Amino acid sequence: MKTQLGMPAFPEAAGRSTRDLRLRANLRHATGLIRERRAAAVAELADWERLRAAAAAVKDRTLRHLDHYLLRLEERVTAAGGTVHWAADAEEANRIVTGLVRATGEREVVKVKSMATQEIGLNEALARAGIRAYETDLAELIVQLADDTPSHLLVPAVHRNRGEIRDIFRERMGHWGRPAPKGLGDRPAELAEAARLHLREKFLRAKVAVSGANFMVAETGTLVVVESEGNGRMCLTLPETLISVVGIEKTVPTWQDLEIYLQLLPRSSTAERMNPYTSLWTGTTEGDGPRHFHLVLLDNGRTDTLADQVGRQALRCIRCSACLNVCPVYERAGGHAYGSPYPGPIGAILTPQLRGLASPLEESLPFASTLCGACYEVCPVAIDIPEVLLHLRARVAEGGEATLRGTRTVIRPARRHTLERTVMDAAAWALDRPGVLRRGQRLAARTRRLHPRRLPGPGRAWTESRELPEVPPESFRDWWARTRGGGR
Amino acid sequence: MNGYGSRERILARVRRALADVPAHERPADHPVPRDYAAVHGTRTPEETVELLAANLADYRARVHRTDTAGLPALLAGLLARRGARRVVVPAGLPPQWLSRAVVEPVTDSPALTHRDLDAMDSVVTGCALAIAETGTVVLDAGPDQGRRRITLIPDHHLCVVRLPDQVVDSVPQALRRLDPLRPLTWISGPSATSDIELDRVEGVHGPRTLEVLLVNP
Ligand code: SF4
Repeated sequence: MKTQLGMPAFPEAAGRSTRDLRLRANLRHATGLIRERRAAAVAELADWERLRAAAAAVKDRTLRHLDHYLLRLEERVTAAGGTVHWAADAEEANRIVTGLVRATGEREVVKVKSMATQEIGLNEALARAGIRAYETDLAELIVQLADDTPSHLLVPAVHRNRGEIRDIFRERMGHWGRPAPKGLGDRPAELAEAARLHLREKFLRAKVAVSGANFMVAETGTLVVVESEGNGRMCLTLPETLISVVGIEKTVPTWQDLEIYLQLLPRSSTAERMNPYTSLWTGTTEGDGPRHFHLVLLDNGRTDTLADQVGRQALRCIRCSACLNVCPVYERAGGHAYGSPYPGPIGAILTPQLRGLASPLEESLPFASTLCGACYEVCPVAIDIPEVLLHLRARVAEGGEATLRGTRTVIRPARRHTLERTVMDAAAWALDRPGVLRRGQRLAARTRRLHPRRLPGPGRAWTESRELPEVPPESFRDWWARTRGGGR
Repeated sequence: MNGYGSRERILARVRRALADVPAHERPADHPVPRDYAAVHGTRTPEETVELLAANLADYRARVHRTDTAGLPALLAGLLARRGARRVVVPAGLPPQWLSRAVVEPVTDSPALTHRDLDAMDSVVTGCALAIAETGTVVLDAGPDQGRRRITLIPDHHLCVVRLPDQVVDSVPQALRRLDPLRPLTWISGPSATSDIELDRVEGVHGPRTLEVLLVNP
């Protein structure tokens, strides 16, 4: 995973975000709207819970036999004219992609939004090799033009409002290609038109594209990309060479399995019956689409996550972002506080597992939660996020066995003062805000059956949510002064 | 350094990570309950078509209904209203469909560049099938649909759905009929984005106007 050196631990970064009133207002507006719409879209399907159970079971079957399915996938993709590469970590994936682009002789690539390529820092790696990567999702374009980092899985520019976007387009588009039209206003339709014109020029001349994928079907070798804007179709169809970088956990066994996920994903993520465009392709097709197709299968901490019997369920995630939109902590803290491409509840359990408990950031993430259980309720693949949070909290507090880059290691308990400084601050931060807690409690009332179990022994103090507010008052005031109190 | 080494390394890591899975367990041994619905609700064929039309319209596709005899006049009228002159068509489009239209049809061929396609006003195609519950048309690059790029670059797409055969109720039914080895494009309304303050805006990169023609025999 991309190392973000000097990344502050969760409470510090969260404190910074909460001071940004606009970010908070945008996020609250966004998550509130998406929550309502999602609930309506889900209510249309009477069999939602059965779809959800099937989705979880299919992912579990895949994960329990991942070696089998990866080999099958490799065989099918190869038989259909694609080339499969294996990347153990970010560095290797970047090296493979850079080499493939270099081999085409091209100096630029167009990109479809992909969490995996963000995770490995591909754009930066390509830039170091003198290759320019153009992001083509509207939101990613905004983020890239503004030299920013995304704050939401699905709406990465949710922290920008239309006036800011217009200014970014006016000032920055010219540096990257076709400048913004003269007199550009701030109506969303005008801004979308500006993006269309700016990017079309790049699509029509692009020779190489880089994508991720939402699903890979082992039985057929088919890859699936779910999107809205059409930039995905452009990238998957027009260039001569397509390179898809995909986490090994995106595999599903059969073609039929797609019927589950193609019903769950659009309703969970954009609250639509179906997203505007879904592309499915198997290898290459004579005369239609790219002539060269490369699939880079990415590990980068996934097998370490797989080794943890409680934590491995995080690999079921289909990146719908429903858990972000119901999370009271995310709503207050904003995406950047999570210090990785994966924000919100899923980030709080995925980042510490993919990277290991490498720094105070990873150690603090499992504590950035009220354990209200709303994330589990909405998760279309039924990941018990509170259970994994508790499990990781215990690991931070008590240490224990974990796998790091394929090797079993014993993690030492975090030092006491580290716990108090970073970890308790995160928990106190989550619990001290009346609004956060109130909504947490309201949701908790509806999710009683999910109430986290206590962990025995010394870990208990760190894992029982009701006991978490017992932070020593001085340290809390210190924290208050350092973050919210001192900021204004 | 080389990819083959990483292949073995990753597979070995996967196997080590799964030490808790009993050696005798086969993939199919892990149960998957498939008691979810194959179709949501019960409808007559006509109700299914109405649902398709309603869901297409809900995502701002323009929906028109006619029969085979009326199709050429409807297409001619829609293209004229749009002011379309150059219209790209797949090689296998039934010739009578555009028999009434006063346009210059350009048959898709590998010789057409992306820039040529960018200069087209409209594209007319058939489809592989349409899904009523989601308001989706699916293209599979068949002879009356052509290469994927021709329905992507022009700004105006007219898509003909033949009733009742090409309409299915649900996503599970659709997947059963589709061929995974063909490149598939599922289209549910014109391209859209909600990236700016969550306002849905039609049309970023794909055709900004999608017209779906539901055609009775
Ligand atoms: S954890 Fe579940 S709800 Fe959250 S993004 Fe992943 S699939 Fe969606």
